[in-house]
Amino acid sequence: MAEVQDIEFKDPAAHSASVAEELQDIQGEKMVLNMGPSHPATHGVLRIILELDGEIITKAVPDVGYLHRGDEKIAENMTYTQFIPYTDRLDYLAPLANNVAYALAVEKLLGIHDKLPPRCQYIRVICCELARISSHLLGLGAYAMDVGAITVFLLSFTEREKIYNLCESLTGARFTTSYTRIGGVSRDTPPGWCAAVRKFVNEVVINIAEVETLLTRNKIWVDRTRDVGVISKETAIDYGLSGPNLRGSGIEYDLRKAQPYLCYRDLQFDIPVGSVGDSYDRYLVRMEEMRQSVRIIHQCLDKMPGGFDNASKEPVNVADGKIVLPPKDRVLSSMEELIHQFILVTQGMNVRPGEIYFGHENPKGELGFYLQSRGGGTPYRLKIRSPSFVNLSVLPHIMPGHMMSDTVVILGSLDFVMGECDR
Amino acid sequence: MTAREQASQLKARFGDLISEPVEFCGDVTVRLADAERVVEVCDFAKKELGFNFLVDISSLDNYGEDPRWTVVYHLRGLETGCELRLKTDVSEEKSELPTVTGVWRTADWHEREIYDMMGIRFRGHPDLRRILMWEGYPYFPLRKDFPLAGKSSEVPEVAFTRPAPLAGGPFVTVAGGKDAIEREPRVRNPED
Repeated sequence: MAEVQDIEFKDPAAHSASVAEELQDIQGEKMVLNMGPSHPATHGVLRIILELDGEIITKAVPDVGYLHRGDEKIAENMTYTQFIPYTDRLDYLAPLANNVAYALAVEKLLGIHDKLPPRCQYIRVICCELARISSHLLGLGAYAMDVGAITVFLLSFTEREKIYNLCESLTGARFTTSYTRIGGVSRDTPPGWCAAVRKFVNEVVINIAEVETLLTRNKIWVDRTRDVGVISKETAIDYGLSGPNLRGSGIEYDLRKAQPYLCYRDLQFDIPVGSVGDSYDRYLVRMEEMRQSVRIIHQCLDKMPGGFDNASKEPVNVADGKIVLPPKDRVLSSMEELIHQFILVTQGMNVRPGEIYFGHENPKGELGFYLQSRGGGTPYRLKIRSPSFVNLSVLPHIMPGHMMSDTVVILGSLDFVMGECDR
Repeated sequence: MTAREQASQLKARFGDLISEPVEFCGDVTVRLADAERVVEVCDFAKKELGFNFLVDISSLDNYGEDPRWTVVYHLRGLETGCELRLKTDVSEEKSELPTVTGVWRTADWHEREIYDMMGIRFRGHPDLRRILMWEGYPYFPLRKDFPLAGKSSEVPEVAFTRPAPLAGGPFVTVAGGKDAIEREPRVRNPED
């Protein structure tokens, strides 16, 4: 691990509490301010109850759950495949990555996660990295806009539009992709898609560089974000932060490296880490992660088994009729495939009893699924470990002591999505 | 040191309290016989075995079995790279176990969520309130005997719930009922 400088961060809550007691007669009462659930800076439906002493925050109580839809309950009442569309609606800024995470979790439970065809793995990695770029672009655009730099938002949304176009030609949907299937993907890449991805990643680096010139050395941006929302290494681990928020605090931990899945073992990429753990570091980490994603996508395209348009007809699904739906023409002409199709559609695949946890490096952090099967076609329990939920739990610790106007900076730098937090 | 060896160390330290480690799909699981001693075990795992990162706490409703609840901790050592699953059972009459917020602060919200969804209480938790549902909601929706459609409830001037219209269908499961393989898949009402 690289040399990382730790900065001692006084507990602002304790500090301000003792000061507040001394000055109570002079200052009078504290003001309680409700922020959200419909506030542009809370990116969705987060509500924070702030206790203010003048302009200084003395206490912050996040209130989550406004987007709770009971996904875990719903999952217990349907087959494994039927739950895939629900995963789109977790982190709805990176649905492709959620699809992959869920599919990998079920595949681990089935014991086929290491039998995936290489082409499928490479396509999935490209999907994950596109989702990462898309999510970071939005997170960055919204973050910068909240701080007052609206140009960044326009630039990043121009690029995201291209990712949506790629999603559309790959999956048929721009937003709710539902692309993966248990044991593979719903369809191979369409003709010309890989070339379009190559064109896109070449364009996006120019855009990222432009954003960089707008922000990284911008005095206003640096003044607003530096030393704001500092999360020390110990705090980050103690609160279970993951993803760019953990790495922003100087901990070099990335599930793609620590527990490589898919074909990440064969790919070269670096893990950017912050040094101080403030909002500025988290911004820098996300910027670099996008560049690393571009690097990964280039390698995937170079190594793509079967070439861009799959001239050698590489499979994209595991060859197991009890897991993956057979091709339609075979269903109509062969008895065995007809039976497989019927069983899979009506009962779902028969999953062996057992329990697994699978953690996936999503753009927001570690998206984990704890699955317990007691046999049959539906999960007995599916628990979603959502990174946004865990990342937000650090708010009461880091907010006190900051100015009211720093809340938008801290929230922007944590980059959360309520769909995933509330499930 | 692998996760399995660490699990054995845990067993060596706590003896019969910890079950033999079970490995499935690369995940190592140990069971803790007495939920009351979870803090002690977690503290040892963190300080001596390097499990400094609590990934997640889940809960299971073993409806129709005794003990009814299982609380599942996912531990990870960021430096050692090991993961360990620690499971402990809690009976329905008791529905309570000590909190591990003193060991990892991230447990705070996970435990609140379990209390909210399953109704298992964590003794000593600094702020055990509902987190996803609102204060005053009368049910615990992730229990197996809670219907998928939901139940009627009302907290005046706060919120209310009504059962959702469900179309039925092959995949509406009922606690203690047949599983998807056994039951007739085509015709089914949510209430049978």
